[in-house]
Amino acid sequence: MGWETWFIVTLSRTLAYGTPLLLATLGEIYTERSGVLNLGVEGMMIMGAYAAFSTAYTTGSPWLGIVAGALVGGAFSLIHAFASITLKANQVISGLSLTMLGLGLSGVLGRGWEGRPLPASIPEITAPGLSKIPFLGPILFEGQNLIVYFSILLVVVMWYILYRTRIGIAVRAVGENPAAADSLGISVNKVRYLCTIVGGILAGMAGGYLSVAYRPAWTEGMTGGMGWIVIALTIFAFWNPAIGMLGAYLFAALYHLSFRLQPWVSPELLKAMPYAFAIIVLIAISRGTLHKKMGAPAALTLPYSRGEE
Amino acid sequence: MKRFPGVVASDGVNLGVRQGEIHCLLGENGAGKTTLMRILYGFYQPDSGEILLSGKPVKISSPSVALAHRIGMIHQHFRLASTLSVEENVILGVDEGMGPFLRLGKTRKRIAAITEEYGLSVDPKAKVWQLSVGQQQRVEIIKALYREADILIMDEPTSVLTPQEVDQLFTTLRILVDDGLTIIFITHKLDEVMQVSDRVTVLRQGKLVATLPTSQTDKPSLARLMVGREVVFRLEKNPPQQGEKLLEVDRLHTLSDRGLPALRDVSFEVYGGEILSVAGVSGNGQTELAEVLTGLRKATSGRILLGGKDITNRSAREITDDGVAHVPAERIKMGTVSNMSVRENLILKDYRHPPFCRGIFLNYKKAEANAQRAMAEYQIAAPSDSSAAKLLSGGNIQRMVLARELSGKPRLIVAVHPTYGLDVGATEQVRQVLLRQRERGAAILLISEDLEEVMELSDRILVMFSGRVMGILDAEEAETGEIGLMMAGGRREGVRR
Repeated sequence: MGWETWFIVTLSRTLAYGTPLLLATLGEIYTERSGVLNLGVEGMMIMGAYAAFSTAYTTGSPWLGIVAGALVGGAFSLIHAFASITLKANQVISGLSLTMLGLGLSGVLGRGWEGRPLPASIPEITAPGLSKIPFLGPILFEGQNLIVYFSILLVVVMWYILYRTRIGIAVRAVGENPAAADSLGISVNKVRYLCTIVGGILAGMAGGYLSVAYRPAWTEGMTGGMGWIVIALTIFAFWNPAIGMLGAYLFAALYHLSFRLQPWVSPELLKAMPYAFAIIVLIAISRGTLHKKMGAPAALTLPYSRGEE
Repeated sequence: MKRFPGVVASDGVNLGVRQGEIHCLLGENGAGKTTLMRILYGFYQPDSGEILLSGKPVKISSPSVALAHRIGMIHQHFRLASTLSVEENVILGVDEGMGPFLRLGKTRKRIAAITEEYGLSVDPKAKVWQLSVGQQQRVEIIKALYREADILIMDEPTSVLTPQEVDQLFTTLRILVDDGLTIIFITHKLDEVMQVSDRVTVLRQGKLVATLPTSQTDKPSLARLMVGREVVFRLEKNPPQQGEKLLEVDRLHTLSDRGLPALRDVSFEVYGGEILSVAGVSGNGQTELAEVLTGLRKATSGRILLGGKDITNRSAREITDDGVAHVPAERIKMGTVSNMSVRENLILKDYRHPPFCRGIFLNYKKAEANAQRAMAEYQIAAPSDSSAAKLLSGGNIQRMVLARELSGKPRLIVAVHPTYGLDVGATEQVRQVLLRQRERGAAILLISEDLEEVMELSDRILVMFSGRVMGILDAEEAETGEIGLMMAGGRREGVRR
């Protein structure tokens, strides 16, 4: 295998594996920007994966599967939203419980679904003409599916909303100083609910991508810790969708290389890199004003009640 | 009327405000000023009573309803999202008829028009965290004007400003009122009432005491209305009897929590029998200074000598044992253990020494006797010496802290905002206690943001800005104006460095 082919395959797989990371990270960025830390990403993803697979298997439509995954992810996030926003429970505990619940529940429900072949998965498409572009063509336009492109479009849309619209200003204000937003007539709880649900929907969709597109099959615990990488990625991205895209592909590349470089580099080392990066970022922003410059939401994990200061 | 569990915070208050006036709402802490205004702004709902706007009854169920009625509020602690830019903060929550989309061009023009008309210069693209406190307050005013507020409620707006910034604010308020705005100005400072208001309403314990035209009243009568009895304005203070040099601070440097320089080259001395005040706008290194002196923060360089002995970077316990008392700024968080009893709180410093301990056991009899004595001497009103400290009022908590810290006759007393948030009576008492310690010959370092207090109590005044000593003035000769300039960074001519 020549060097060019090697790179093309690596980057093409990076794009495919980076897509679920990207989807879920975009969601978690919105959730955290509004001041809610949801550590239940892993749980929402695996529930989404299960729902997508069983729906796709039953109906025969992988697209319906993706929709089901997104809906179940969104519904699952409501548990966290209710506990942490309405009941003002500890967000860390609530999020962790969500992960435990998702892993356990999907394991129970998914019994008997393992090893079944999916009648149809999300089709890979090859764009005629475009795929002939040297080097980039085979990476971007050959053997990828529509969700890959959708996720890239979503980066642009979600970046624009966050930084260039009234909605985005409200989301950022709620995550930074909920009292300020409240005194200007913005409903802090509503914004937080919506952002948490967006996070759930995208995490569910990411799970669905895994079970009906990336590797069309259901296995218990098939998300394999991807939800934790998403948490690390959100920090690595400085809560910015554009950097989130770079990060998702970087981490996906590391994951992919951990297999391909196995003879030379320990795969465990490469797989640990995302977490190492996240720790470096956390150390970096804990010093000085970088914290503010980089947009870390000041009210993250803090419940809001009017009149308490 | 508004009741909180067990307390009536605002009781049958009838407040009438005229269009185009500055109406001061005067009262001590806890008199119900803020509660009343929060009802007007829709944060709380009244349990009974009604609000009339231009004669029409209105129901203000939330801040957005208040905004729709063109009522704006500027909170004591600003409601700004610090990572957002000025313009983003201004347009936050404003519907400009474009759905989710922004019209930044139009927004900037309107902000420019407002800043120009009222002299509220501030860069609309700057992030809020980059602005000074005075500029942040301007952003708050711009926010209200951008929403076309007719009524502006300001909750203690001067508490964070330098005297110059206060003057500037008052000028702005005058322009606003001349333009037809109505301003409700909440304060507990009599000077401000006299300086800025057209009329004044005095509240005491949730009840309205009086509403008067400012021109027909004066400071002493307002104070009497506010406190409910005669108030002494001048403390009896004997001329200083300067003793030996007790504290010497030599080129001290330290870092803030964020790792930035908080103290730069700070040098001064405090003698026995004098009160040296540290004046400055909050956040200019005063907190860090108190912490370094009491062993709670490491100095990065420089020396601290207590009676000639080097105590730099010693532990808080060693420094306490050397006779340094600390009256911390956060008297509830730092000064006491809320869940412990008064008796236990009073021996927090001395529990390791006889007579309060026998080996590893505590001698509760002695602790109780100690508590009884302290409660009588310092007039600590508590149900009993075994009640939890959290049940005490602010004044009683502070007297308890003083009783503990001043036991054992400390050589140096570091008192940080000792009267902050206390009512007039308690304030007077705390000041008397500090003066008595001065008579006794203790060296007192008083850190305060209350200039009036600084002028009244100190023998010498040290002004800090940005972690540096801007100068040390003799209290007899010092003028508020000069101190204000130094608080804003103007260095005094011929200062000893």
